[in-house]
Amino acid sequence: MDLHKKSAHELHDLLVRKEIKAAEITDNYLKCIEKAQLAINAYTTVLAEKAKEQAVAVDEKIAQGEKIGFLAGIPGAIKDNICTLGIKTTCSSKILADFVPPYDASVVKKLKDASAVFLGKTNLDEFAMGGSTETSAFGTTHNPWNTNYVPGGSSGGSAAAVAAGMAAWSLGSDTGGSIRQPASYCGVVGLKPTYGRVSRYGLIAYASSLDQIGPLTRDVEDSAHLLNIIAGHDAMDSTCASEAVPDYTKSLVEDVKGLKIGLPAEYFVDGMDEDVKAAIDKAVSDYRSLGAEIVDISLPHTKYAIASYYLIACAEAATNLSRYDGVSYGARVEGDDIISMMTNTRTQKFGAEVKRRIMIGNYALSEGYYDAYYLKALKVRRLIKEDYDKAFEKVDVILAPVAPTPAYEIGSIISDPLQMYLQDICTVPLNLAGLPAISLRCGTSKGGLPIGMQLIGKAFDEPTIIKAAYTYEQGKDFYKEVAEVSK
Amino acid sequence: MSYEAVIGLEIHSELKTKTKIFCGCATGFGAEQNTHVCPVCLGLPGVLPVVNRSVVEYAIKAGLALNCTINKFSKFDRKNYYYPDLPKNFQTSQYDLPIAEHGYVDIEVGGKQKRIRITRIHMEEDAGKLVHSGTTIRDSSSSKVDYNRTGVPLIEIVSEPDMRTPEEARAYMEKIKSILEYIDVSNCKMEEGNLRADVNVSLRPVGTEKLGTKTEMKNLNSFKMIESALSYEIERQEDVLEDGGEIIQETRTWDDGRAMTVSMRSKEKAQDYRYMPEPDLVPIVLTDEDIEKFRATLPELPDARRARLVKEHGLSEYDAASLTASRAMAEYFDAAVSAGADAKLAANWIMGELSKHLNSSDMALSDSAVKAKMLAEMLGLLEKGTISSKIAKTVFEEMWQTGKNPGVIVEEKGLVQITDTKEIEAIVDKVINDNPKPVADYRGGNAKSIGFLVGQVMKQSKGKANPAMVNKLLKEKLG
Repeated sequence: MDLHKKSAHELHDLLVRKEIKAAEITDNYLKCIEKAQLAINAYTTVLAEKAKEQAVAVDEKIAQGEKIGFLAGIPGAIKDNICTLGIKTTCSSKILADFVPPYDASVVKKLKDASAVFLGKTNLDEFAMGGSTETSAFGTTHNPWNTNYVPGGSSGGSAAAVAAGMAAWSLGSDTGGSIRQPASYCGVVGLKPTYGRVSRYGLIAYASSLDQIGPLTRDVEDSAHLLNIIAGHDAMDSTCASEAVPDYTKSLVEDVKGLKIGLPAEYFVDGMDEDVKAAIDKAVSDYRSLGAEIVDISLPHTKYAIASYYLIACAEAATNLSRYDGVSYGARVEGDDIISMMTNTRTQKFGAEVKRRIMIGNYALSEGYYDAYYLKALKVRRLIKEDYDKAFEKVDVILAPVAPTPAYEIGSIISDPLQMYLQDICTVPLNLAGLPAISLRCGTSKGGLPIGMQLIGKAFDEPTIIKAAYTYEQGKDFYKEVAEVSK
Repeated sequence: MSYEAVIGLEIHSELKTKTKIFCGCATGFGAEQNTHVCPVCLGLPGVLPVVNRSVVEYAIKAGLALNCTINKFSKFDRKNYYYPDLPKNFQTSQYDLPIAEHGYVDIEVGGKQKRIRITRIHMEEDAGKLVHSGTTIRDSSSSKVDYNRTGVPLIEIVSEPDMRTPEEARAYMEKIKSILEYIDVSNCKMEEGNLRADVNVSLRPVGTEKLGTKTEMKNLNSFKMIESALSYEIERQEDVLEDGGEIIQETRTWDDGRAMTVSMRSKEKAQDYRYMPEPDLVPIVLTDEDIEKFRATLPELPDARRARLVKEHGLSEYDAASLTASRAMAEYFDAAVSAGADAKLAANWIMGELSKHLNSSDMALSDSAVKAKMLAEMLGLLEKGTISSKIAKTVFEEMWQTGKNPGVIVEEKGLVQITDTKEIEAIVDKVINDNPKPVADYRGGNAKSIGFLVGQVMKQSKGKANPAMVNKLLKEKLG
């Protein structure tokens, strides 16, 4: 039984039928991690002993005849920018290399209540700033389908872990595509919920008005189950919505008849990879044959999205990251006085990309520049949101590529920040609008790398995108693949 | 040339909410270092603020009591600067949309009324406290941070530069303190730093409009300090200008020991705080009904109360102002009057004997053993002639010490005034017999010597004889 190839819902069924023990599942995953970690570097911390204890506790519950929830005993991984009580949470940064939070993020609490097993913390671009996991202070993560390639980012570790059978599920965070893009590069399902759907309490902030936690899974069914567990109001997060949480598994039905799917012209950019274009075209025709109606739409302000995104995200990041000063926690590099201590700490412990974004952000917020940059970016943000509002008067979901290309080679564009930023064109606009989207595989490049598409929904309309994704997925088998990696 | 001072105050007042502005930690003063802390107020990675509703409520009440317009849409902003007492290296404050704006208070100095405009009131979090190994952060080899105060809610009340003298500044500060106490939103204990002021002052030639260069003095936490610092600073600026010099825009500290202001840092290049909207908090949206609901909860404020005391009880403006300066005293007065005390008598005793006792023992009115009802009862005895005003002082002292009711004290100590004519007559006769010289003097036309005789009678009666009756009997007998 190839346990590491199974989805969470398959593992859950095996547990319920008592065909297997939770401890066996966890042991199997730990073995897979041991086998693949060196080649993939998906994890920053592996929690072997704790994971085993959690699994045994679930087995005891089952033995006592307790009814178990969906995620009980199912091993997964948490992106290392989500706080875990007593477990290092590094943000893949030297500045937090030894930071052990004294509290759990609200999502972690929910997962604990669901008796999930935590295999470890996954690698990311430092402070989630990047799209390739190459800016991690602890080495890049490798794409399990071809280890010379990036896994995407910033949730590269979370995506690679699921793709390589090193975790049954994982949590990531998406500020400008950080769940969807690595999901696409690694051929897994990534769901970025509506802003406010999932509590951010305990997610180490990159850009507060854009950050959102979401699941990365083998298939859409698991995605719906995970969202059921992590969604909902949290008194600790003022920006968390109080909208009722529907049962997302009710959307796991095959039905896209009459569904209006919009294709935004602006997302099919010049220089888009041929394979990506072909895969998206194929998905569109598949939807058409499943009974959906395809509608051409326009989101005219898309071209300003990258500029707006990088100004807003960097401005928020600049103030969010001010707290890392060596005073009361995190790394400290001594200096002659308080100013030089703070300066030395930040200069030596932040990586280049983080420093670049802090500088962009502070520049944009400076007196005399605020109106020209930050305020204008906020206005553009509103226009982008209005584009979507208009589009959603005509369509139910929007289908678009996740990135203009499949995964690229490690090191190929990391030295060109602008080129890196431009890769985000298809993902950042909906973070600015706060909308939900699901990223799932829709093809394979000639080089054998996965290609993903995203389905974007109206605010809080996760049910519709889940249903559309689920329907598409039923006719495909590539989502059942797991990249076999060994050291 | 003669100069005129232009003075503005930024008053910071800690609000007396039970918990901090963005987390559930306690706000109490004087706890062991770093015990009122949690991940949120420590600014740990990943935490988020949640606004304490009481803070918003208190700020709105302050706005209404200070005649402000309450903004129906208000938001928080981040004020970015690096300082080790600020765990996030930004202070969550309000920038362009504060909770309240455009208010005023009326002050009175030297019998003249003046209106001081209030620009705005905004909410913000307090910073922590640095404990240096030396005296300042610069000359210390190490400093410790106490985060207990981090996140204690503050309102900042910014005035227009409407004050012209240190006395006006003091009167303004006193008025603000009095109003905040009335509406019960701040403890206003200046010695604990509950209420402190940053004071701006500049000079300009009398009769001109253009503002001069100002200096700022931060964290003045007593009325006296405000007055002294301003007096000193105005004189200093005058000297500089007289000598043909220029005022440097800077922050100066008031050195209380040396009674002078000292240059702290030049403010020529104003710090850029890179304000931005706080993305972790949602804006505060209020309706007219919300605001009116808060208005309805406001108590009678000092000005209104003062006017009522003058009108209803015929008190002088001065007495009414003194009594209403603090809500506690005004309420004490009202309680005494409604317990039957004569208003003027009550006013005299509260401002006299009671205040004297409170001041000399440094006690708050609420700690006084002499409750309003007891004072009223004692004043009743005085009015009825049961006790003399001299005995009343003895009774008051006894009440102050023991908290016993005046009736009980009078009875226990046998302090009831002697009003029995025969009893007084016996003493009068004795005094006349024992003091032939003053008696002769009086009869010889020296009316003043009756005073001595009255004194003798009072002495022999241990102060209990009714002075009016003593006078009357003496005159009859010596007649």
